[in-house]
Amino acid sequence: MRHYTFLILLFCSISAISQDCNNTLSGRVTDFHDGSLMVDATLIIAGTEQAVQTDSNGKFIIGNLCNDTYQIQVSHPYCLTKGFSVKVFGNTTKNFMLEHHLEELNQIIIDGKAYNDKSKTILQSSISKEALERFGSGSLGDALNSLSGVSSLNTGNTVIKPLIHGLHSSRVVIINNGVRMEDQEWGAEHAPNLDIHSVGNLTLVKGAGALQYGGNAVGGVIVAEASKVPIKDSLYGSTLQTLSSNGRGALLTTELTKSYLNGWYAKIQGTMKRFGDFKAPDYILSNTGVFERNFAVDFGLNQFEQGFEGYYSFYKNEIGILRASHLGGARDQIRAINSPKPLIINDFSYQINEPKQDVTHHLLRVKGFKRWSGFGKLSLQYDFQRNNRLEFDIRRGDDKGDASLDLELDTHTILLDVDTHLTEQIDLKTGIMARYQSNFAANTGVRRLIPDYDKYDLGIYTIAEYQLNDQWFLEVGGRFDRTQMDVYKFYRTSFWESRNYDQLFPEMVVEETNNQVLTNPQLKFNNFSATLGATVILNDESKLFVNYSLASRAPNPSELFSEGLHHSASRIELGDLRFHSEVGQKISLAFQKKNAVFGYSINPYIHSISDFILIEPTKVEQTIRGYFQVWEYRQTHAQLLGVDLEASYVFATNFQYNHQFSLVKGYDKTQNKSLISMPPVSTKNEIVYQNTAFNNIRLALESEYNFRQNEYPNTNFEVYIPETETYETVDVSTPPNAYHLLNFNSSIDLKVTHKSTLTIGLTVTNLLNTSYRNYLNRLRYYADDLGRNFLINLKINY
Amino acid sequence: MKPIKFISTLLFAFLLVTACSKDNDTPEQAHEEELITTLKVTLTPSGGGAPISLEYRDLDGDGNEPAVITVSDNLAAGVTYNGVIVVSNDAENPAEDITKEVKEENLEHQFFYTPGGDLDVTTSYSDSDDDGNDLGIEFTLTAGAASSGTLTFTLRHEPTKPNTGLSDAGGETDIAATFNLTVE
Repeated sequence: MRHYTFLILLFCSISAISQDCNNTLSGRVTDFHDGSLMVDATLIIAGTEQAVQTDSNGKFIIGNLCNDTYQIQVSHPYCLTKGFSVKVFGNTTKNFMLEHHLEELNQIIIDGKAYNDKSKTILQSSISKEALERFGSGSLGDALNSLSGVSSLNTGNTVIKPLIHGLHSSRVVIINNGVRMEDQEWGAEHAPNLDIHSVGNLTLVKGAGALQYGGNAVGGVIVAEASKVPIKDSLYGSTLQTLSSNGRGALLTTELTKSYLNGWYAKIQGTMKRFGDFKAPDYILSNTGVFERNFAVDFGLNQFEQGFEGYYSFYKNEIGILRASHLGGARDQIRAINSPKPLIINDFSYQINEPKQDVTHHLLRVKGFKRWSGFGKLSLQYDFQRNNRLEFDIRRGDDKGDASLDLELDTHTILLDVDTHLTEQIDLKTGIMARYQSNFAANTGVRRLIPDYDKYDLGIYTIAEYQLNDQWFLEVGGRFDRTQMDVYKFYRTSFWESRNYDQLFPEMVVEETNNQVLTNPQLKFNNFSATLGATVILNDESKLFVNYSLASRAPNPSELFSEGLHHSASRIELGDLRFHSEVGQKISLAFQKKNAVFGYSINPYIHSISDFILIEPTKVEQTIRGYFQVWEYRQTHAQLLGVDLEASYVFATNFQYNHQFSLVKGYDKTQNKSLISMPPVSTKNEIVYQNTAFNNIRLALESEYNFRQNEYPNTNFEVYIPETETYETVDVSTPPNAYHLLNFNSSIDLKVTHKSTLTIGLTVTNLLNTSYRNYLNRLRYYADDLGRNFLINLKINY
Repeated sequence: MKPIKFISTLLFAFLLVTACSKDNDTPEQAHEEELITTLKVTLTPSGGGAPISLEYRDLDGDGNEPAVITVSDNLAAGVTYNGVIVVSNDAENPAEDITKEVKEENLEHQFFYTPGGDLDVTTSYSDSDDDGNDLGIEFTLTAGAASSGTLTFTLRHEPTKPNTGLSDAGGETDIAATFNLTVE
């Protein structure tokens, strides 16, 4: 391109000889963004090779020009060089604009962040790619667990759901590459369908402040972003292999990126993970293998003024569920709980049998953006997701091997976002979102846990950011969401009538068949959410974050429509059609102090949630299969209080000490008791030795102590045992004891060739092979948690 | 392109995409194929006479309607009965005979009989599975002295075979039905 320009200019300059060449070109060079003056920008006139620099007012003047068209190249140390074509006629004035915020393009990060803040008045935590890779074969939940204030709700060791400040499932929004995950996140035994190796950076917002992602994130938002692609001609990639002793498995992930200076790029990434049965210290956890396969392709054009992106990812995961956890009722439950080891222990196997889950998630995203000077940035995104969830129980007869649950959830979303720079100090983010979702529950010969439905969402938000002065930054935002559901569900007539639905909602009945009634509930929810916050820079080292957020969440399909036996939980679950939205109000305060040697943050919060939807046992139902505990959803007023502490101290050259402490208390204010499944107090202490001068060697020893949860509701129940003619208590609520784990992590970088580095890592988790059970593991009644695990990580960057 | 033009183009595109039609197909009713609603035991006196029938029937399965339990008559002291168990899903039309499945998968199933209270009865298996272990669709029941109490029929799926009774059988409970009986 430049050659042509020169050639053209060459001809131009020849023809220009005879002309009057005493004209001047003058003007200013300013920042595209905020109009600030660019000092010391260089302007080079092609052909004449005349060069001038802007003065302290951003002004320039070029003399001896003819009446002609000139190609001018404008450059600045902090900006991307740009070419302009200027027609000079007489003394001409022309202003040029350059893009000053290079970090957004991520060509070079001078000062700032490669990933934008998600909410500026809530202290956020993030995990970098390097840290994510240390988790090797772990999942998203494992990685998030390393942050203070986050724990996880597990089903065994492979289904790991993040719990933020005590809240999980529908209350935690996960954004994968700009797309809100719609992967049936409502279920406690549904793990996020996201490959952590496709993530370049993971950010956690512990609150509902990030309104651009949705107004219903009562618990918080997790934002996973792909690594940014540089704007230069390059081809690079990396391959990571992890071998693990526990589960005798391996993970292989590889990524290849091609980028061009003109902004075009393409990226492919793939992961494969295969594990057999895991092991507790004393026995094999039969049927706990995993087989995960993912890939993603990404391509697009990233320029300053415009760009677009096409992204597709495929995720498939087959997860075995501990065989001994599949039970036939309360009497089996007593046997399982009272047995010191799982009732079923088989030899090690890679085979994944029933009970198991097989989940497939497709995600397609197309996004385009355009910037206008003086207006801002406008982006439009369309995404499509298809989540197919199969759950296999142990079935008999002709149905053997067939799925008991087969749900297909399709979601289409359109997002239109406008970021404008109103004045020097005020930024305004506005957007609208429209979403259509349809769920199809195939007939598997088992009553549908989640019915067929169509759901329509419309949301609109505005967030204003105001930089008052050097110290104060203010943020205020509001969002409105409307949700409409059109549902077709078969209810058992006996249930429909026992709840008085036949009196309350006679208009919903479509037809009545033997023992069942087909209904068509049409539900509407209007939700308002808001955020108000400030960040105060107290001095060079300290910052204070204050935030109030209001979040409203419409009840999810499982809370509204559950009605029947939930096999994987061995209990009957009943939802309620009459629920309305739950509304959370959270005040969060964070004080952060950081210097080269010592840093800490303290983050207390109080969260009050009205119409909080929870599920708890209400009675015991006798069926022909024996007794089952009945768990009913109800709404209450909940209050959560907590504090997160983090500290790090460089106590000697290359030695660092890290500390984390999290505490959360949850209360049901209506019934004056503790909330179920609240994370117990936990603390982590770590000593890290890292020497960048010596092959970037890193050795870390971490101690993790989890206290016993002493505040829990008593949900035990009694059943009659005919063999012994006695009533026995089924203890489903007593939390397990406190436990302490030691983990070791190490890595070293070796230069293989000029361009490639090999990173070798050795990790040992549960170093002392401690037998323990975790209160937040739903299978804690039946088996111990994982025993010692040796992991070898090999990563090559090229 | 001006922002306003751009936005209007986008909105138009948006309307086009969202204006798709929706289908209103009603879902098909899921028949609970594995549901067991009924356990019926027929006890025929070995010396001849009118059979006694015990029936446990719960049409809505795990729904909140209670089961209907009927016992046609009291047991006679000192009499030995030949028992036959029939398990079915009466929510289907016609009712599905699940005993057939138990017979087909006989290695994976076993019935157990547990007297409770003061009921003085003894039971023994009359049939066996393909490996020669107890199955229990057919059994004999001997009524002892006059007494009353409960008798529980338990069907276990994938039990350890052979076993000495429920306590070491393991497996999962498919059926656990209890009857109040009297020996007179």
